Amino acid sequence: MRWLLLKDLQILRRSPLLVVLLIVYPIVISLLIGFALSGGPSKPKIAVLNEIPTNQRTFDLGGRAVNADEYTARLFGSIDPTFVHTRADALKLVRDGRVLAAVILPADITEKLASGTQQATIEIAYNGEDAVKQRYVESVIRSRIADVNAALSKRFEQITVRYINLLLDGGSLNVFGRDLQVLGLTNAKKILDGAIASLPGGSPLRPALGQVDRFAAIAIQNLGASGAVLQSVSEPVRAQATNVAGSRRTPLDSYAVAVAVTVSLMFLTVLLASGLLALEREEHAFTRLVRGLVSRLGLLLEKIGLAALCSFTVTFGMVLALGAFFVELDWGRLPLWIVALAAGGIAFAAMGVAIGGVARELRAASLLAFLLALPVAFLALVPSGAVSSGLYDVVNGISAIFPFKPTLQALDAALNAGQRSIVGPLLHLLAVAVGYTVIARIALRRFG
Amino acid sequence: MSPVATSDRAALAVTGITKRYGERTALRDVSFEIASGELVAVIGPNGAGKTTLLSILAGIASADAGSVSCPPRDVGWVPQQPAVYSKLSVRENLRLFARLERVADVDAAVARMLAQADLADRAGDEVGRLSGGNKQRVNIAVGLLAEPRVVLLDEPSSSLDPRQRERLWGFIGELASRGTTVVYSTHNVQEAERYADRVLVLADGELLFTGSPRELESTADRYSTGGDFEAAFVRFLHERGH
Ligand SMILES: Nc1ncnc2c1ncn2[C@@H]1O[C@H](COP(=O)(O)OP(=O)(O)O)[C@@H](O)[C@H]1O
Ligand SMILES: [Mg+2]
Repeated sequence: MRWLLLKDLQILRRSPLLVVLLIVYPIVISLLIGFALSGGPSKPKIAVLNEIPTNQRTFDLGGRAVNADEYTARLFGSIDPTFVHTRADALKLVRDGRVLAAVILPADITEKLASGTQQATIEIAYNGEDAVKQRYVESVIRSRIADVNAALSKRFEQITVRYINLLLDGGSLNVFGRDLQVLGLTNAKKILDGAIASLPGGSPLRPALGQVDRFAAIAIQNLGASGAVLQSVSEPVRAQATNVAGSRRTPLDSYAVAVAVTVSLMFLTVLLASGLLALEREEHAFTRLVRGLVSRLGLLLEKIGLAALCSFTVTFGMVLALGAFFVELDWGRLPLWIVALAAGGIAFAAMGVAIGGVARELRAASLLAFLLALPVAFLALVPSGAVSSGLYDVVNGISAIFPFKPTLQALDAALNAGQRSIVGPLLHLLAVAVGYTVIARIALRRFG
Repeated sequence: MSPVATSDRAALAVTGITKRYGERTALRDVSFEIASGELVAVIGPNGAGKTTLLSILAGIASADAGSVSCPPRDVGWVPQQPAVYSKLSVRENLRLFARLERVADVDAAVARMLAQADLADRAGDEVGRLSGGNKQRVNIAVGLLAEPRVVLLDEPSSSLDPRQRERLWGFIGELASRGTTVVYSTHNVQEAERYADRVLVLADGELLFTGSPRELESTADRYSTGGDFEAAFVRFLHERGH
């Protein structure tokens, strides 16, 4: 068995294309994931036409100067703006696909905002060439506009509260450059109280002034609460995030590492194991080997061991590199990484020899390995709730007979200190590995 | 299959072997004995059951009935298609199989086979780059590594050109002359006639004839209409209902 293992290693070493695939594939995957994670999502390119005349960028809102640029900056904070000067330019960029969308700020926007009674409108032009892009643009723009609206309504709220306070407590109000003194309800009531007290007991004015006084008292009371009411109007719904205990505390990036490593592990191991077994038949060596030189089970275990060993080496290096350069990993859990990668590798290798045994030919084996691996990975990544619960049970059932999901779970548990234990996925992998080895052994009956 | 008692001279005794593949009977009650050091050709048209018979003798396939006297461990096996690794060199292939066969002195066995198969100057070449003839010689050399008393070769000459065939038969002749029992299959009657002590004729899974090439010739002569041996052989098979 040792000699067979050395022989296979020697063959691998002399198959440069295979070795390049073995080494380059996980490196490419790692780099892609690494850059995707560390670079963050790139900002969408948006054309911007600002038609607001420069001298109107600052406008009066409730007696305070507001600079529109302060808010447009907020609008462009998470996009990559391309400033244009005419509407035609903006639309052309969109049509040519150079930008995702164009935002046009009309000249009258500050006027309408300053009025406080008219709704300001922003025009957005986008290229609806495909549904995904359209939805993406809409969500980007909508969330930007929501930000601006939130900031502006905060501003309106402050102004309104200031007016109400002025009504209540009095003060000075600037109207067309002239300061006007406003008495305020509280002061008016005091004056009224004094006036009522100074009236003779039987004065016919008393009941009438008493009515005005009671109105002033009610108004003071209720306007005092208006600040809180306004606040709740400007932000009617506030989201508070609550994590359902323990279900998913993994940061997305280390979960992405688990997915990337599992995908690499799957392809490498399954292709290698199925290919190495099919190669024994392709070289006609199988019948020679099983004539007492090595048992059929021994041959399977040799292929499983070799494929698991090779892919372990590569994917372990991949995790180390990702951890060293891209993602924060808990290095104290390194022994668990090793266990998870080894167990996943063995299970995938068992699946590989089953494929090799059933397919018998090298090309058929590789094709079958690819055909199976892709949907298996896809199914395992279907989140609960994305499909109906009945379908999800079916998806789960199918995923359970392949090593992808338990490997992902084991690796996730190994990489992240969560509440999920690694023991369950490991036992699952063991069962899967034994199952596939049995299938492979049965397939070898008609292998020669 | 348990070994059966045979005369001391017999290196290999086959008794009542039957093999079925589903409905099809590939071998029907085949029995014969082969003496030590004999060079035996199994001839018959394609599909006659030659490969099936040799596979059973080699221990690769199992018979549905009957027995073989010689345990597979003592038999050297040379399959029709070279069963060697094309990515390994000639020497690496020999060394690997010598180790798997648990040969006592691996280096000596490898050196001996390189010399015997006249492959010493190609020892470092990858088998995948060798000509068909040289590949076949590596294939045979691997089968002989453990110095088996009996060697089985399945259509060893079928993929070779005439010159390579000459070398092959020279090599096999030497082997037999050194006392190894050699059984090979072929569908080429002339070849069997020339390079065999004894001929077994197999058709549709039945053993039709056992005897020397001369005896086969005289039997076939009775069916001859003045043509060549091959034509006579075909008529012989026809006469026997095949
Ligand atoms: N693995 C198999 N499954 C089914 N039928 C087979 C198998 N191997 C051989 N046969 C059949 O058995 C018969 C004998 O085949 P074989 O021994 O290969 O003939 P030969 O070597 O003389 O050409 C043929 O009819 C062949 O189709
Ligand atoms: Mg044959």
